Amino acid sequence: MGDAVISIRGLRKSYGEFEAVRGIDLEVQAGEVFAFLGPNGAGKTTTVEILEGYRKRSGGEVEVLGVDPEHGDRAWRERIGIVLQSCRLDPYLTVRDSLGLYAGYYRAPRPVDEVIELVGLAGKADVRASKLSGGQQRRLDVGMALIGDPELLFLDEPTTGFDPSARRQAWETIAGLRDLGKTVFLTTHYMDEAQRLADRVTIISRGQVVASGTPDDLGDRESLPTTISYRLGGEEVSVETTTPVADLHRLTERAIAQGLELEGLEVTRPNLEDVYLSLTADGEEA
Amino acid sequence: MNGLALFAHQFRYDQKAFWRNPASVFFTVMFPVILLLIFATVFGRQTVNVRGGIKTTAYYVPAIITLAVISATMQSLAMSLVIAREDGRLKRGRGTPMPAWVFIAGRIGNSAVVALLMLALMAAIGRLLYGVAIPWSQLPQIVVTLLIGAASFCCLGIALTAAIPSQDAAAPIVNALLLPLYFLSGVFIPDDQLPSGVIHFADLFPIRHFFEAFFDVYDPGSGGGLQWDNLAIVAIWGVAGLLLAIRFFRWTPRGG
Repeated sequence: MGDAVISIRGLRKSYGEFEAVRGIDLEVQAGEVFAFLGPNGAGKTTTVEILEGYRKRSGGEVEVLGVDPEHGDRAWRERIGIVLQSCRLDPYLTVRDSLGLYAGYYRAPRPVDEVIELVGLAGKADVRASKLSGGQQRRLDVGMALIGDPELLFLDEPTTGFDPSARRQAWETIAGLRDLGKTVFLTTHYMDEAQRLADRVTIISRGQVVASGTPDDLGDRESLPTTISYRLGGEEVSVETTTPVADLHRLTERAIAQGLELEGLEVTRPNLEDVYLSLTADGEEA
Repeated sequence: MNGLALFAHQFRYDQKAFWRNPASVFFTVMFPVILLLIFATVFGRQTVNVRGGIKTTAYYVPAIITLAVISATMQSLAMSLVIAREDGRLKRGRGTPMPAWVFIAGRIGNSAVVALLMLALMAAIGRLLYGVAIPWSQLPQIVVTLLIGAASFCCLGIALTAAIPSQDAAAPIVNALLLPLYFLSGVFIPDDQLPSGVIHFADLFPIRHFFEAFFDVYDPGSGGGLQWDNLAIVAIWGVAGLLLAIRFFRWTPRGG
């Protein structure tokens, strides 16, 4: 297993008749930012909560930092940090209070002021949680998960429901975690979030892995057809091809020979969003 | 850190959050004070035909202390635990190395301290404004009675959270349970004015028994011994609450 921080084999989870997770395999290596991407209801939160020790699995093998999360003890909890998908803060505690409270839960916490700096809340240390913006509250969530100086951090949909500026703030904080050498397990249903933050991405749909790789080569993007489109005599023409160079050559050769201008000529490769949507198209309706 | 240090740490922050929360300060601290002022002012010149006839104010001081203790324990715990549970804060805490009992213990400590503070506050108001003597010689019995009641009503409050599905439902459910029982148990209306059928009904529940036990140790005229029969019934309710709490308490939000 090398230095896999998380290793999952054949993970299954059923709720009654419904199979939320249907045989997932994956490994997360030390120091990487790993994105677990999928539409709502794909089984992301179920999986991450099994890894965090909140839920029991129905089948398969799971190891997180060398420990089965179902038997994770205090020493194991010292080594992980968790940002839940939806968790409000105590509205009457300040940033410093919330971090001070959580610092007391760990044997060797990072200094509170250092964490305040790290998550970019330096000017807000003595502000109560109820007076923070959504993005600031999320950064405090991350701070509370970081206060015990964990090796591994779980972030469950850290920016869902955020406006663009709050998302960008949260992204900066998460990107900063890589520099601290933390391993990050991130779930999200935003392709751009995975693309922006992750070293490796696994896409799941209906409880199964449908693609895995780096954000660049995900879903075998290189082998997907290219689209050539143009207008001719006011008519839209669009052709999908796996040999774009040859086809484009023939097309332009003919156009030049006939003295035609191909208006709006465009050659487009499928972007990650297209790959993601085509991979998860069935799962969305589930 | 050992258990006591962990508890002290949690307790310190629970106190901070409690005193900064206007709702908890109003309902737990101010509301009983206002009730005592109203009852004592409106009915203050009358006498109550219990225990050989006593001043109304001498009746209402222990009555409202009873209410204040239940409010600081059962009501306050049920409300704050449901809010923390639905916020996801209990779940978040369970993801840390902190042992689960610390989260509950911190709040119980908070309730106990507020209950003792309310005892002191109400006794002082009773003495200064209405001349109701503070029974200093009874202090050990008063504290024992109060702590048995506080512990029992804490357990009932924790158990009650299992029946409360959401934050919005917390106040209505708690008040729908407690307010009628305060009336029926003689806390708001002196028991010489209540039909005996009502008292018998109220005797099925712990509030009436706690009130009786507390009244007896607080009122100098009534002998002042610990009322073990009433306290035993309160404690049995407490143990039942504890068992229900252990079986049905949940750490994760119910809504979503």
